[in-house]
Amino acid sequence: MSYKIEEEGNSRIVHLTGEIDMDVADKARQTILPLIEAGHEVHLNLSKVDYMDSSGISVLIESKKLSEQKNTKFELVEVSKPVEKVLAMARKFL
Amino acid sequence: MSEIAHQDHTEKKAFLVDTSSLREVRTFCRDVFEKLHIQQELKDELVLAIAEAAQNIVKHAFKNAAKPNELMVVEISCENNKLQIAFYDRGTPVDPKKVKHREIDNVKPGGLGTFFIQEIMDAVEFKDGKKPWINHLVLTKQL
Repeated sequence: MSYKIEEEGNSRIVHLTGEIDMDVADKARQTILPLIEAGHEVHLNLSKVDYMDSSGISVLIESKKLSEQKNTKFELVEVSKPVEKVLAMARKFL
Repeated sequence: MSEIAHQDHTEKKAFLVDTSSLREVRTFCRDVFEKLHIQQELKDELVLAIAEAAQNIVKHAFKNAAKPNELMVVEISCENNKLQIAFYDRGTPVDPKKVKHREIDNVKPGGLGTFFIQEIMDAVEFKDGKKPWINHLVLTKQL
């Protein structure tokens, strides 16, 4: 998994690329959570993520919860087909 | 249920019990499903279910007993359009009664893997592991 972060005022647009599984979930977590912790709005682009499992979903849940605690915004701006499918399955939990 | 008659086929492969093996597990499954001519959408679901089961072995079965170079085996077989995926490992014995996904309204990370497996597969069964294996998980799906 690789990532790119764009800055727009207080917003950070995070682009993740590749596959997100248990092996790289910590890398994704360490990329996103510090931005939210610092009070930035985070817009997550997953359009180039080919595969995501429950570990990736956990990162999204943690990010959302932290953004609520920090009173800031965390949102998905674009998702790939495979990610959309996993999100649809996980929706009962989100 | 698929209208395509899938050829009978069996393949198995051993992997190190490590998070770095999960990508290899997915590649192995994709290759086998390609040979079986399973359609893309179902293939993605099956790969997810298998990867989640492998992840559970890495995460739970060896939680308190991690050993270097420990192996798990994934065996995929298709017979009469019934797909069976077997997992073998030598981790801490799994108590099937304790394997369940968390409550739906309990919004916190973790526990989704088992839910995905149950959503995707027709049956999830823990069988007695025959030596040298301790755990033997079998997932089935009618194609």
